[in-house]
Amino acid sequence: MKEEHKDAGLKSYVFVWLGLLVLTAITITVAGLHLGNFSTVTAVLIATIKALLVLYFFMHLKYEPPLLRFIFAASVLTLTVIIILTFTDVWFR
Amino acid sequence: MSAETEIKAAPHGDYVGAKVGMWLFLVTEVLLFGGMFLLYSVFRSKYPQDFHEAAKELSVALGAANTVILLTSSLTMALSIGYLRSGKKKPSVLFQTATILLGFAFLVNKYFEWGAKIQHGLYPDSPELLALPKGEILFYGLYYVMTGLHGLHVIVGMIILSVLLVFTSKDIVNGHSFIKLENGGLYWHLVDLIWIYLFPLFYLIT
Repeated sequence: MKEEHKDAGLKSYVFVWLGLLVLTAITITVAGLHLGNFSTVTAVLIATIKALLVLYFFMHLKYEPPLLRFIFAASVLTLTVIIILTFTDVWFR
Repeated sequence: MSAETEIKAAPHGDYVGAKVGMWLFLVTEVLLFGGMFLLYSVFRSKYPQDFHEAAKELSVALGAANTVILLTSSLTMALSIGYLRSGKKKPSVLFQTATILLGFAFLVNKYFEWGAKIQHGLYPDSPELLALPKGEILFYGLYYVMTGLHGLHVIVGMIILSVLLVFTSKDIVNGHSFIKLENGGLYWHLVDLIWIYLFPLFYLIT
C-alpha cells in the first residue's frame, strides 16, 4: 500500500501471465489422463497455485501490508471451516 | 514562477481506507461463490457418476479459450495500472480498452457455449434435462447458476472499467490518484480468480 512503491516491473506481470498459461495447459493435460479421484485433487491444487499467482502479483497482495492479507486469509479460512464442517455431516451422517 | 504555482492539491480521500473497503467487499464475494462451490462439492460427492457424464457434454476447448481470454485480460488490467502509476496515460488507456474488449470476447464465447446447450434442449426445467438422471439435472443447474452469476460479474466489471476508462481519459484518474482504477482492477481480478476454479470443476471432470 506504500504509494512510493513501484511494482516489481511490468515485465514480471508478463512472466506471471505465462506461468498461468502453462499451469492451464498442465491442468488440461492432467485431466485428460483420467486419474480418477487423484485428478480432482491435482485440479484444485493447480487452480490454487494459479489463484495465489493472481492474488500475489496481479492483485498486489505481495506488496500490501499484513492487514489486507489477513482480511483475505480470514475469508478463505472461514470457507475452509464451513466446508470441513459440512463434509463431516455429509460423510458421517 | 513562484513556488506556489508549483504546488498541486493533495489528492482527496483515504487511500488505505478505500483499499481496505474494497478487500472487505471482495471477501463477501468469496463467500458468495464459496457457498455455491460448497453446494457443488456436496452434490458431486453424492452423484459422482452423473457429474462425470454431464461434464463430458461441456466443451473443453471453449472453456480453455475463455480461460486464456480472462487470464490475458488480467494481465492487461495489471499493465494498465502499472503504466498509469508511472504517469503514462496513453498505454494505460490502451490496456484498459483491451481489458474491456477481452471481457466482451469472453461473453461472446459464453453466448455460443450456452446457445449450443440450449439448442440441445439442455436448459433449466427443459423436458430433455428433466428426463436425465438426478445428478445430471443438479450439475446443469449448478452450471447455469454459477457460470451465469460469473457472467453477470463480467458484465458488471466491464461497466466499471468503462467508467474508469472515461475517468482516465478525463484525468480524474491519473498518476497521482489511481485508487479507483486499482479497486476496479481488484474486482476484475476477482472475476478471473473465480473462473480459475470454475473451469477445472465444470469442464475438466474425468
